[in-house]
Amino acid sequence: MSAAGGPLLEVRGVGKRFGGLQAVHDLSFEMARGEVLGLIGPNGAGKTTVFNLLSGFLAPDRGEVRFAGRSLAGLRPHAVCQLGLVRTFQIVRPFPHLSVLDNVRVGALARRPRMAEARERAHAIIEQVGLGAKARQPAAGLTLAERKRLELARALATEPTLLLLDEVMAGLNPTEIEAMVGLVRSINASGVSILLIEHNMRAVMTLSGRIVVLSFGEMIVEGPPAAVANHPRVIEAYLGEEYVHAPAR
Amino acid sequence: MRWLLLAALTVLLVLPAWINSYAVTVFIFIFFYAFLGQAWNLVGGYAGQLSAGHAAFVGIGAYTSALLSAQAGLTPWVGMLVGGVLAAALGTVVGYLGFRFGLRGFYFVLLTVAFAEVCRIVALNTDAVGGALGFYITFTGNPRQFQFQDNRVYYYVALGLMLAATGIVAAIERRRFGAYLIAIREDEQACEALGVNTFRYKMLAMVVSSFLTGVGGTFYAFYLFSLQPNSVFGIPLSVEIVIRPIVGGAGTVLGPILGSFILSPLAEASRIYFGQGGWSGAHLIAYGLLLIAVVLFLPQGAYPALRRLWVKAGAR
Repeated sequence: MSAAGGPLLEVRGVGKRFGGLQAVHDLSFEMARGEVLGLIGPNGAGKTTVFNLLSGFLAPDRGEVRFAGRSLAGLRPHAVCQLGLVRTFQIVRPFPHLSVLDNVRVGALARRPRMAEARERAHAIIEQVGLGAKARQPAAGLTLAERKRLELARALATEPTLLLLDEVMAGLNPTEIEAMVGLVRSINASGVSILLIEHNMRAVMTLSGRIVVLSFGEMIVEGPPAAVANHPRVIEAYLGEEYVHAPAR
Repeated sequence: MRWLLLAALTVLLVLPAWINSYAVTVFIFIFFYAFLGQAWNLVGGYAGQLSAGHAAFVGIGAYTSALLSAQAGLTPWVGMLVGGVLAAALGTVVGYLGFRFGLRGFYFVLLTVAFAEVCRIVALNTDAVGGALGFYITFTGNPRQFQFQDNRVYYYVALGLMLAATGIVAAIERRRFGAYLIAIREDEQACEALGVNTFRYKMLAMVVSSFLTGVGGTFYAFYLFSLQPNSVFGIPLSVEIVIRPIVGGAGTVLGPILGSFILSPLAEASRIYFGQGGWSGAHLIAYGLLLIAVVLFLPQGAYPALRRLWVKAGAR
């Protein structure tokens, strides 16, 4: 019953507690196929915890995550990836001693077990993300912007249906951000749905069709970018209550 | 590079015709320890899981084929495989406990050492396998009993073992299995995120590694004719297995062989040199110093350093 017409991702009443901290509380949202959904919120709102819950790195205390009509309960990250849901890490984790090509090939091997095919696929993806000139260099020698691209390339090489991007813009300069926005958009255009954690507001507003705002582990607002940006609860969450009623200039 | 290896292999194949029996013995130990190092290399070098208890697998393999031969008349050529399978079974248990419960670094080291020590103590206290007196094999010189009048046959058997293990490791390195092991060593969590069942691949590496090491146990038993729990299950043997690939280059196909060619003659020479003057432990000091030097100056081992030199020379 993996209805092709149903939502791609369903999050229903998911909660996660770490000791005394309710990191995520009763979170529910859905994603349609082909969508770009932005997940924003102040630091510590629980965004990365949500990624860990979706990708199998953490098990929810309550609630359920369904992907393409299938429950992800009890699945380890590699199994979630095999189903077509893959995540990147906020703090990039390249295989430092391996070349860029070998890094991406590890991802490609998930769908193409033959080394030659995986290598070919990895080459194509490295070109797509603009790292072609660096293919043979060890990942440890890349700049931050290049590492972010490598992180993205590796995830992309697993041929996901849904890509979770954790702050791929962080630490990039405006030119690099613009290039990354273009890259994310082209990946989405090729049919990959994208869930985006992002602090760069311009980027997230441009890319996302819809935005979910988290604050202290709870979803406070959900809607199109323009509505979310001006929503009093969002302003309150980011800036504090006193700014909500401040006269607009 | 390929021609160099072929030339080296040819030399090793014809060498026994030219050297005396003592030199043959030295080479037998070089090959045998390179074989054990290669088996360890898979789990310790490629997958980066530092087993410091591989002597347990040697011991299991050695006792299995020796007992099967003495009690049931089974030829060690078959007992070798039975020993390998039993060692792999123990490897599965150790691997499961270590990998399922996420023991990393020192904790995995301790787990593997503990298992080897348990084996040693059990063997010491089991009279049926000779207990503390050890288990002795009568020499018959019968090839069916894995015993040879001519030392050179052992030379070729040991060389064969080394080449077979190296072939297996080389084949694994060129496949997805090998690529995954290397990636696991680099960053396990990133591997999981990229669809790699890290538990499964670490287990596979452990099983293949412990099987091969167990096979080596039969060679140990039927070359030395005596099994002492303190030697065959002891920490010193585990250390001997580990340091060759580390010195030569862990996680490289040629590292264990190179390491064995460096360390085995060194151990032999220092044992002779120091042994006569009543300095019998001194070769261990020499070992220790060499290990410190490698860690300081060639942290990735001798092979990667040599390879860099080779590439540089070729580029000129």
